[in-house]
Amino acid sequence: MALIEIRDIHKNFGGHTVFNGMSLEVEEHQVVCLIGPSGCGKSTLLRCINGLEPIDNGEIRIHGERMTGPGVDVNALRRDVGIVFQSFNLFPHMTVLDNVTLAPIQVLKVPRAEAEARAMELLKRIGLEQKATSYPDRLSGGQQQRVAIVRALVMDPMIMLLDEITSALDPELVSEVLAMVRDLAREGMTMLLATHEMGFAREVASKVCFLYGGKVHEEGPPDQIFGDPREERTRSFLRQIIDAGRL
Amino acid sequence: MTASDKMIASDTTGRRWRFGAPPKNPTKLALTAIAVGVILAALSWLTLDNLYLALKALELDGTAATIILVILGIGALYPLRPACRSIARARSSRRALEQNDLVNARIDTAASRDAAWISISLSVALAIVLIVVEFFIANDLAVSRTFFLLPLMWETLPLILEAFITNIYIFLIAEVLVLVVGLIVAIARFTPGEAGRPIRALAVIYTDIFRGLPAIINIYLVGFGISLTGLPILKDCSQETFAIIALTLTNSAYVAEIYRAGIESIHWSQIAGARSLGLTYMQTMRFVIVPQAVRRIIPPMLNSFISLQKDTALVNIIGAMDAFNQAKIIASNHFNLSAVTTVAIIFVVITIPQARLVDRLVERRRLAGGM
Ligand SMILES: Nc1ncnc2c1ncn2[C@@H]1O[C@H](COP(=O)(O)OP(=O)(O)OP(=O)(O)O)[C@@H](O)[C@H]1O
Ligand SMILES: [Mg+2]
Repeated sequence: MALIEIRDIHKNFGGHTVFNGMSLEVEEHQVVCLIGPSGCGKSTLLRCINGLEPIDNGEIRIHGERMTGPGVDVNALRRDVGIVFQSFNLFPHMTVLDNVTLAPIQVLKVPRAEAEARAMELLKRIGLEQKATSYPDRLSGGQQQRVAIVRALVMDPMIMLLDEITSALDPELVSEVLAMVRDLAREGMTMLLATHEMGFAREVASKVCFLYGGKVHEEGPPDQIFGDPREERTRSFLRQIIDAGRL
Repeated sequence: MTASDKMIASDTTGRRWRFGAPPKNPTKLALTAIAVGVILAALSWLTLDNLYLALKALELDGTAATIILVILGIGALYPLRPACRSIARARSSRRALEQNDLVNARIDTAASRDAAWISISLSVALAIVLIVVEFFIANDLAVSRTFFLLPLMWETLPLILEAFITNIYIFLIAEVLVLVVGLIVAIARFTPGEAGRPIRALAVIYTDIFRGLPAIINIYLVGFGISLTGLPILKDCSQETFAIIALTLTNSAYVAEIYRAGIESIHWSQIAGARSLGLTYMQTMRFVIVPQAVRRIIPPMLNSFISLQKDTALVNIIGAMDAFNQAKIIASNHFNLSAVTTVAIIFVVITIPQARLVDRLVERRRLAGGM
């Protein structure tokens, strides 16, 4: 049984079809990369898996539990599924430490001292412990994005969803964020990530999915997708990427 | 070759470079400034003479008064200073133009025009001051006596201040209540889902009614109406309590709208960020959205507080003994409005530190970062 099972989901945004029978499976400890043209629904898929966006039809199961439709405790779901967004939405009115400890204290009811100790430990691992009392707007984009990842990690999620976490960053800042994701992959975190970093996808992914036309158009191991794609549409997408110098 | 010849020399297409034209002669403007300054100085001396007569009538004349009046008379000449500078620069501008020195001609012209406008605006300000002074000393000091009878103001100040405690009491309690009730109403308007519909509707109805209802009518209805109903507990409340209830009802409707605007101004990604961490709707509001909204709405919130403070003067219609009511009693006893002026001044004065405080808060937060 796969850890995440997405079965035949459909979704419309006021007449515009984003998913049209999308299916996808993610096994435990897998790192699955979603690639595809802008607007193909990568972000929307991650938001659906996190319950931030309802789907019209089909179902999503996590660890065998149906998590779409009525009667689902989305708050409980979100404790197990961490998500980091394209634009790191840290809370601008809170310090880094408060950003990281808010959810453990309020949702998991961890005592403040314990939550702060754990947060400091994680911040130390990414070398940001001296920024703990700064506000987000005093951090670089790369630092902010790493704090956003820590904020999701401190909840000890079973799954991490990462939505183009490097796309808002300058190239020199990308590597520090990717290094963090690489560490997570090595520790066996199950991850689903939308990305435009094809080189990185090729390196860390267990499976790459090309989304097109509201479906997974083609999926397979990275070497096959990047080296020998079967579908014409995948090929032309990758050709564009190569032309743009991103592979 | 004159300046304008030089300007056209490079012109081959028939179009003209406008920026190369020689500057317009500023002498006329400079002379106007002088004329206005002289007229205003003359009018000032006339007014000062009237003032001197008025002081004499009050038996306030003497050396000190004379010295002050003379200093003011000299001060009335001040607008002529930039006017003279304007004339001088206009002259040197013309000289520069004769020597084909376009650059310096422009600089002098600009300086001359600047100085002329400074002089004219000083004269205009002086004219307005003169009008106000004339208003106060007209008709044998009638205005001053009616509004600013200093001995009476001084004598009645303690009474007024004591009554003003009622105003302070009313607005302090009402402000706290308004902050709470307004927030509750605002959040009620955001209650999500089908189940929230009746709550949302109630919040909308409440806001519509109490935002539209004039505060003075609301105070009248609550103040006289509730004691007539004979409802237990409520009917025995004091006038001040009725005033607090009425003002809270009215102002909460406004403040709810201020909160709502603040909450809506927070980008939806902040809600997504909080919900994705497992925070409930209420936790998201409490820890993430409302704190950010509150920071943004401090200035409009302060405005509504100031307006609430002023509205406390309305409670005199239900007979509560506030500063305005006290002043009205004094006014009718002495046939003089000076005590009311005292109240007016107090109301204005208490709002000023609040405005500065908010400026400081906003500035400090900006410097500290974190919005
Ligand atoms: N809240 C919304 N309302 C209406 N349409 C939406 C909404 N969110 C997304 N869409 C539409 O759904 C489609 C998929 O959007 P999505 O953000 O998932 O794309 P994406 O694959 O993440 O693109 P990108 O690579 O540019 O981030 C787009 O056409 C978008 O316009
Ligand atoms: Mg996206």
